[in-house]
Amino acid sequence: MSRPVQTAVQELAARHRLRWWEALPWVAGLAAYFLFPGYLAFGTQVLVTILFALSLDLVLGYAGIVTLGHAAFFGAGAYTVGMLAAHWGWSEPLTGLLAAALVAGAVGLASGWVLLRTHGLTLLMLTLCTMALLEQAANMFSGLTGGFDGMPGLAFKPILGLFEFDVLYFRSQYLYALAVLFACFILVRLLVYSPFGRSLTGIRENLLRMHAVGAPVRARQVLAYAISAALAGVAGAVFVHATGYVNLAVLGLERAAGVLIILILGGHGRLYGAFVGAIVYMVLEHTLSKAYPTAWQLGLGLALMLVALYARNGLLGLAEDLRRRWSAR
Amino acid sequence: MSAPAAGAGRVLLETQRLCKSFGALEVARDIDFRLEAGARHALIGPNGAGKTTFVNLLTGVLAPSSGRVLLDGEEVTRLAQAKRVKRGIARTFQINQLFRGLTVLENVCIAVAERMQAGGAMLRPAGLRTDVTGEASRLIETLRLTADAGRRVAELPYGRQRLVEIAIALGLKPRVLLLDEPAAGIPSAESHILLEAIAALPREIAVLIIEHDMDLVFRFAQRITVMVSGAVFAQGAPAEIAANREVRAVYLGSALDA
Repeated sequence: MSRPVQTAVQELAARHRLRWWEALPWVAGLAAYFLFPGYLAFGTQVLVTILFALSLDLVLGYAGIVTLGHAAFFGAGAYTVGMLAAHWGWSEPLTGLLAAALVAGAVGLASGWVLLRTHGLTLLMLTLCTMALLEQAANMFSGLTGGFDGMPGLAFKPILGLFEFDVLYFRSQYLYALAVLFACFILVRLLVYSPFGRSLTGIRENLLRMHAVGAPVRARQVLAYAISAALAGVAGAVFVHATGYVNLAVLGLERAAGVLIILILGGHGRLYGAFVGAIVYMVLEHTLSKAYPTAWQLGLGLALMLVALYARNGLLGLAEDLRRRWSAR
Repeated sequence: MSAPAAGAGRVLLETQRLCKSFGALEVARDIDFRLEAGARHALIGPNGAGKTTFVNLLTGVLAPSSGRVLLDGEEVTRLAQAKRVKRGIARTFQINQLFRGLTVLENVCIAVAERMQAGGAMLRPAGLRTDVTGEASRLIETLRLTADAGRRVAELPYGRQRLVEIAIALGLKPRVLLLDEPAAGIPSAESHILLEAIAALPREIAVLIIEHDMDLVFRFAQRITVMVSGAVFAQGAPAEIAANREVRAVYLGSALDA
């Protein structure tokens, strides 16, 4: 084998390897636990949002499936653990996560199987409609779901039978969310670098060619959609475990659009875009709303416009460009 | 199977009275066509004659209005594109259809992985499949793309991208290879790379090439089919086609004069 090919093969074989900086998010996540004990409820929300955005990255960033209805799966997971706890006394959290993943994954599989025949704007509208249908169903079957008021005051058993949920300071919730995020991240990272993940990238890059190399394109898309839905369901379940309530906002457009903005802000198709986007967006939201209670959305809007105009690949894309320019000098 | 062991002369791909119309527009009319194992066959005709449509009918991108497509004696008329690829029909596109954001190596690896049924594997990093990367690198060397193996396809000149297109098709180890204007966009100084790659293919592969470059057609083909207005106008050995007055009148004459 000649040199350039060998180099390319080696580069490909090393691509999945962990790099030192990949420890940073987890070190920072643990450090934040000790440094900001007063902000752990907020921190837990950030972690849940990162997981939700990560699930979206798998379909949007890697498989190129554009969706505006991803909160449908977040909500499916949230209502699963909520209803199990409220009606059937199933309040053990870890099996709850599993149930949420299964239900949300099944909803993803069924809706994906139907919707992924379409592309682009049609798909966008249909994902939105699916979410609206679920939201309306949650509103109508109030005997099960609590309707408009949702289900407040849910209590869950201690995690692993050891760690009580901490209603006041969110200490155990924060670590619980961090651990679940870590496990899900490992899974997504594994998927992304696998042949399956590469084929999703192929589908995103050129659908026509992917058909022409004999890939079962739709089956792959539906599978990716279902896995992503299951992960979004887990995020929804952690949200309910942590806060002890579930209401219609878990499957609203605001949540679905929010996570989309977060992912685009951070940079899609990059794994860590979900982390950067969620942290930057939520910290901005948090501090701006405190400093300018009436006009904070203006600041957030301006920041997003700047990113949309000058950083097409999000903040991570911007960082990559700057690094490339730096090393080219 | 009753076919001879050597495979030569065995009909690999066949169409019977193949028709396709979009409303009143007939783009394929009663096409009877055979491609034998080992064939080096060229399909020529004026623009709009329906050559690419014919390839789309063969590969399953389009469904015919009537007629049949047979691969190695088995009917594949209604079979989806991906399934036909698995049975050995591969194609290249008239206009490059590549994974532009990925490297040349990755482009070829995706095709090779699909052929090896490894494209759905989830738990092992793709880069560690040395069987896939090894075969992809050999193809890259065959097409003299070594210097570009690690570069993103979007960064390559169009002519080099054309060769990636061929490498992807070869990565599928086809029994029938359909090349839709493979030389279009390749600088003439590099078109020999393409011809050499085709010449190096295993003998039993059937190759159908659509091409406007008559020089290349007559160097490559052992048999030529001329299509006009969606129908087969003439078929025969290159010498016969070159001597055919009608063909010269409708096509070759104008092509040679131009």
